[in-house]
Amino acid sequence: MSVVSRGFRGRARDARHTLPPGQYETHGFPVLSAGPTPRVDLDEWEFTVTTETGDRYSWDWAQLMALPSRTPTVDLHCVTKWSKFDTVWEGVSLDVLLEDVETAADHALVRSYGDYTTNLPLEDLLDGQAWIAYRFDGEALDPEHGGPARLLVPHLYFWKSAKWVRGIHLLGEDEPGFWESVGYHNYGDPWREQRYQGD
Amino acid sequence: MARAAVPRRLGDRLSWKTARLTDRREESSAARTLGFEVPGWPGHLAGQHVDVRLTAEDGYSTQRSYSVASAPDGERVELTVQRVDDGEVSPYLTDELAVGDVVEVRGPVGGWFVWRPEQTEPVYLLAGGSGLVPLMAMIRVRRTVGSRAPFRLLYSVRSPEHQFFESELRLDSSGLDRTYLYSRSTPAGWPRPAGRFTAADLAAAGWPPDFEPTCYVCGSTGFVERAAGLLVAVGHHPNRIRTERFG
Amino acid sequence: MAPPAFLDGNAAAGDLELAFGTDMTMASGRCAGCGEQMMLAQTHAYLGGPGTVLRCPVCGSVLLRLVRSPGQTWLDAGGLGHLRIPAPA
Repeated sequence: MSVVSRGFRGRARDARHTLPPGQYETHGFPVLSAGPTPRVDLDEWEFTVTTETGDRYSWDWAQLMALPSRTPTVDLHCVTKWSKFDTVWEGVSLDVLLEDVETAADHALVRSYGDYTTNLPLEDLLDGQAWIAYRFDGEALDPEHGGPARLLVPHLYFWKSAKWVRGIHLLGEDEPGFWESVGYHNYGDPWREQRYQGD
Repeated sequence: MARAAVPRRLGDRLSWKTARLTDRREESSAARTLGFEVPGWPGHLAGQHVDVRLTAEDGYSTQRSYSVASAPDGERVELTVQRVDDGEVSPYLTDELAVGDVVEVRGPVGGWFVWRPEQTEPVYLLAGGSGLVPLMAMIRVRRTVGSRAPFRLLYSVRSPEHQFFESELRLDSSGLDRTYLYSRSTPAGWPRPAGRFTAADLAAAGWPPDFEPTCYVCGSTGFVERAAGLLVAVGHHPNRIRTERFG
Repeated sequence: MAPPAFLDGNAAAGDLELAFGTDMTMASGRCAGCGEQMMLAQTHAYLGGPGTVLRCPVCGSVLLRLVRSPGQTWLDAGGLGHLRIPAPA
């Protein structure tokens, strides 16, 4: 049981929104990283989907920009207990990127520039649930927050929304990512408070 | 020292303890020294830090790490906290926390960025801004135990108003060599113009590499990177340079 | 440009000591990536995220990942060729 420090509130929070269990609202946008921020030149940026048979589908930056974009407004839930409501992004839906990909895979392993990885079921990337996002709040996505582009999959804890995304491997067998392999929940649904393995 | 060195395996040293604020004083316009009474405090070494945990009425909780500023003194622990204006924790500690209020602390922790009274070699302390705090603990312990280890301090600070521990350092009679560098504005008539420190500043304020001093560098990441890089460039061995970044 | 987000391995002292039962900042190890030998205090620590990550200051490889849940501690030190821990004084 923790001792309460009188008058300590932390960052301003309000109760207008419904929070997932154990979460607290923040109006800031905390930067959490497990490694140095990669600097990716847009001329060299590439996003690649690799299937379980080794087929590759790639987009360079200009090709990504040429695809139809969406501007989802979503709530973010970080496993470190902050939630941020009504964030506005712009990006390309994974439905668009995966439309012509031929695969029988059920699992996806997302890879970033740098060495970060995270895994999720392929179906969680489809049906308007996930984007390759490159603008936040009307501005180009800051490298600290994952620019040039990050995965945005807001119905899962935010560690699944890999910053600096460079590709997705579609796999027949599930493969745990950077945090999933050291105790974090394999799926990470904030509404079921799936923080750690066994939750 | 008021208390012997830290017992290494004190079972509950890393459990959270209640710390009650007993006094506070202004250290600069944006920094306060907070004196806490911590029942069960096992004592600490100069340079160690504590984790501080704050919990709100609604259960929200967060923790930060702060260097201990004081020399060991029974169950009394002093932290010197610089207010970060958009910070979540430091404005509460510097402006809100009143005498009698409580926080939780855990520690002390860390055995690397410490100075022990047994050390006799020359010591070069390099502080950037509030990075002076753990180095001040070393200066205080050296004075308290009457150590003859030669100490030199290079303190780089934005302006005289941001200076910590000014009168205590000015009145220090333990033979501490001090050099102050101002990065933005200097006191009137100060010989060196305001500006970032250089390799020449660093060499002039410290010991030659062949004296084999232990160098303690504490400050922002930018300060530590620059100072440690310059120390190596002028010939100090990397294994004698100990760094503590505070982000 | 924002400053690097890491601190010294020193800053992870509390969580490491809870996991190992002794001060680990003076423990030394070898980076499995580049072979560099260092004390954990000299590594680059990324804190404040889901877990503690220590990286090699020379090549940037992950040396150690530590996650503490309410009931368990998870540790992967696979990025260290070995880890030499001084006996408690």
